[in-house]
Amino acid sequence: MATIHKSPWLLHYDGSSCNGCDIEVLACTTPVYDVERFGVINTGNPMHADIFLITGGINSQNEAVVKQIYEQMPQPKVVIAVGTCACTGGIFKECYNIKGGADTVIPVDIYVPGCAARPESIIDGVVKGVALFKEKAEALAASGRA
Amino acid sequence: METLVTALICFPFLWAILPAVIHNSKRRAFTVYLGCAIVMVLSVFTAIQWYLAGGQTLDFRLPYQQVFGEIFLWGDIFLMCFITYLAYKHHRLIIAFLSIISTVVPTILEKFGPKLGIVPTMRFDWLTFIMVLIIGVVGSLIGIYAVGYMHGFHIHHHKEVTDRRSFFLSMIFVFFGAMFGLVTSANLLGLYFFWEITSVTSFLLIGYTRTDEAINNSFKALWMNLLGGCGLAVAISVGIVCFHTANLYDLIYAGQTSGKAGDMLCLLPIAMLAFAALTKSAQFPFSGWLLGAMVAPTPSSALLHSATMVKAGVYMLIRLSPAMADNYVGNMVALIGGFTFVAASCFAITVSDGKKVLAYSTISNLGLIVACTGCGYEETIWAAVFLVIFHAVSKSMLFQCVGAIETTIGSRDVEEMQGLMSIFPKLAFILMVGIAGMFLAPFGMLISKWAALKAFIDTSSVYVSTLMVLFICFGSATTMFYWTKWMSKILGASKREKSRDLTKKNEYISMFFHAFMMIALILGFPWLSEHVLKPLSNDMFGIVKQVISYENMIIMIVLLCGVFVIPFVNYLMTKNQKGKQVITYMGGANAGDNFNFVSATGDPKEMEISNFYMEELMGEKKLFTPAILISSFILIVYLIIVVGGALQRWFRLELFWQSST
Amino acid sequence: MVQTRIILAILYIVLSPFVIGLLDGFDRKISARMQGRKGPSVFQPFYDIKKLFEKEFLTANKMQLFLIRSYLCFIVLSGIIFFAGFDLLLVIFSLSTAAMFLILASTATHSPFASQGTSRELVQIMACEPMELLVAVGFYLATSTFTVSDIVAGSSVANIRYLPGFFVGFVFILTIKFRKSPFDISTSHHAHQEVIKGVTSEMVGKEYALVTIAEWYENAILLGIVGLFFVSNNPLTFIGAVIAILAVWFLEILIDNTSARVKWQLMLKLAWGVTIVAAGMNLFLLEIIRG
Repeated sequence: MATIHKSPWLLHYDGSSCNGCDIEVLACTTPVYDVERFGVINTGNPMHADIFLITGGINSQNEAVVKQIYEQMPQPKVVIAVGTCACTGGIFKECYNIKGGADTVIPVDIYVPGCAARPESIIDGVVKGVALFKEKAEALAASGRA
Repeated sequence: METLVTALICFPFLWAILPAVIHNSKRRAFTVYLGCAIVMVLSVFTAIQWYLAGGQTLDFRLPYQQVFGEIFLWGDIFLMCFITYLAYKHHRLIIAFLSIISTVVPTILEKFGPKLGIVPTMRFDWLTFIMVLIIGVVGSLIGIYAVGYMHGFHIHHHKEVTDRRSFFLSMIFVFFGAMFGLVTSANLLGLYFFWEITSVTSFLLIGYTRTDEAINNSFKALWMNLLGGCGLAVAISVGIVCFHTANLYDLIYAGQTSGKAGDMLCLLPIAMLAFAALTKSAQFPFSGWLLGAMVAPTPSSALLHSATMVKAGVYMLIRLSPAMADNYVGNMVALIGGFTFVAASCFAITVSDGKKVLAYSTISNLGLIVACTGCGYEETIWAAVFLVIFHAVSKSMLFQCVGAIETTIGSRDVEEMQGLMSIFPKLAFILMVGIAGMFLAPFGMLISKWAALKAFIDTSSVYVSTLMVLFICFGSATTMFYWTKWMSKILGASKREKSRDLTKKNEYISMFFHAFMMIALILGFPWLSEHVLKPLSNDMFGIVKQVISYENMIIMIVLLCGVFVIPFVNYLMTKNQKGKQVITYMGGANAGDNFNFVSATGDPKEMEISNFYMEELMGEKKLFTPAILISSFILIVYLIIVVGGALQRWFRLELFWQSST
Repeated sequence: MVQTRIILAILYIVLSPFVIGLLDGFDRKISARMQGRKGPSVFQPFYDIKKLFEKEFLTANKMQLFLIRSYLCFIVLSGIIFFAGFDLLLVIFSLSTAAMFLILASTATHSPFASQGTSRELVQIMACEPMELLVAVGFYLATSTFTVSDIVAGSSVANIRYLPGFFVGFVFILTIKFRKSPFDISTSHHAHQEVIKGVTSEMVGKEYALVTIAEWYENAILLGIVGLFFVSNNPLTFIGAVIAILAVWFLEILIDNTSARVKWQLMLKLAWGVTIVAAGMNLFLLEIIRG
């Protein structure tokens, strides 16, 4: 029985966000929302992370960075785009340097809309992501066996 | 035996002439190899011969003792004239003064003082046995290494330096001869002669390149060692005048029996000999000369730091240690040693020049040995002798290795050795074994620290005991810091291109032989303890004591095997581990590899990783002068106590004689 | 007696990951409650370890894995020496050998964060080692032996009576050893840290799990030493020792939750200062009493 869904560790990456969503992400770890009760830890290291949580859109500066960090995360992993900008590019979409949402660079599993996304919905997204792990882990195990 | 020992002393002196007169590079190299081989074989043969004969302490006079006596006398005078001439030439008259005083006084006393009885002048016992082996084997390996190294030194790297290789190589042989003489002499006059030869030879070796720095440092070495020589001269004078003997062992016996009762007069020669030994083994405040000695080409540093020179001082202290147990001299030596152990290891943290780290680590390690001898218990002598053996082998290996690395990568800075393992695995391996031999758990240091801590807790003086325990605890922490730091640099990836290894074959032969010896020593350590160290303790203290319990011996062997076996087994088990290769984490800004990152301008920039050096906390600039002051203070206070006590006793004796006549 | 020693060593090998892991779980729970949160399950550390073993194995340098395994083996070996009642000094020497493997594993990657963490880790080891050695010295002064089993069997009263200064010093460095704030400068047992994850930055999946388990084994030894201060040849004192261990453990959590991270310079000075003052004074007094 895989236990990954019981200890999903987060890596929070700030793309070109206005910092609104970032504040809400951090709010999740505060006593009011206490995301740690699900075993979630906000780690700063892709090598240790299971969930890649992106806020803000992708610009030409951070495109390579996001790709690289994604590569450095071990399987199974889930990508969550938090906030409208990370989902679609949001109000920055037409800017000269913005490519769009996180899914323009890496495959995104869960979209959490909102401007800014509320902590409740972020936690909701994380819990949905956690549910995805079961499938991913089983798929990984199956491919490993095959 | 007499003949063998005589041959051992005389042969290197005579052979030294050959490299000096042969100027053809190939033929000279051949003579040096041959000479080194003969020295090695001769020393091992002598040692084995003695061992097989039962390992009894031998006291004897040299054949033609009269002739040798004359040679020593005129040799002393010749050295004095030579030093005076050099001092005059370089305007350092204080050196001439030191030399004249220390030579003239004992000579006059010998000629015109009280007649000394005909007593044995040489002694061969277990300590001599060990020292002869160290000098013979490690020393001659350095000799072999020197041939290849000096060739590279002149032909490839330092074309500006005048080629005086003949001189250099013959000096190495003179050094061997002097060292053999030093460790076998029981007569202080003979010992003084050899002592002075090592001082002068090291002076000449340090000044080899004749740059201003080299000349300055060589004079520094000379005056410090001559000051030690003065101490020796005082000891001889006191011996002749007060005890009518110039025999080292008589003086030690006197110190041992009446020193405990607080007879300062008997302690005075011991204190003076110890003082001389402290200068020679480069303890604070006399550490400057050994640090300065680094300007010399690597083989001479290796020679001075490992098998010879500094070991002469330590040898002397081990000899004296029965007379130093729980008295003022012992306390002085222990405190100086302990202080040096901590201070030098702190300085070793703050420097990045590989040779300088080695120099400080030598001083620090010798500090621990000196502290052990100052304690003067069986356990500590056991520890001290072990340290001497391990230190000689691993230090010689490390110096040779750093020399070879410098030749190959063009730098001896520790920071430049990043990832040496991936480009020059052979050199890196030797470096690892050497470093491991210096400090890692089951090797020399651990056993010694274990025994030393135990002995110091039991030392009778409360202040000394407390201070020494603290010194050892802190010193071992700082020691670990600088070695681990260096070791961690060697592993990992390197950004250097693989290049040709410029190390000569004979250099490798010498280094691998050292590595082999190191491992043999580690594995043979219980045997060594049982068959060499025990009789040694019996020799010196008349008791055989199981220093380390059977149980602990087993644990140490387990740990020892662990250090080799555990990583090796784990290596085999994980060798075929499949894993996706990723680049290291740099905030996602790696420019495609582990060495460059994308800078703010968008261009790749090289990433530099450096160790901690803590210069602002314990740097040389900040703490060197205080360290010198503190150690000088300890030394002076204790010497005043001993000399004052001795004078008082002397006057009382005078009064006693006057009133009785 | 030999059987007891063997049993204790086996119990150490088998039980300490569970006991210390559970303590770690409670640690997180209590910390959360102190901060007004609910906190994760007390079994959370075990879930984390299991998950780490199941993750894909990525590596920045292949040498890391075998060095980390050697680290674990050496820690366990030191633990066996301690719990089977052998020489206390050898335990400490063996622990510092183990630490060296961790350091080599971490620098082998040439990563900026790991290297920074390693340098700080070295400073931490340097800050703690004198005190660890002094604890052994203290026990020797009090009982005339370094051997753990003899220390226990030979003392009629708990040695804390003679060694209060050593105990204070040891508890002080425990904060460093447990990687608790304010001294969590090389790596923290909390997730996020200024140098990412310090020494463990480049350790992925099972590598990180092995390091965590090794730390549990090490903590078991350290808590064991805390207990050693309180035991005597009276078996009832073992209960007292357990209480003392729990008290120290709670104190560390309290310190962790009420302090901010210091710089390494201050840590070194503080640790050495406390060592010299507390342990040094105690040492001096004991020496005088022994005369």
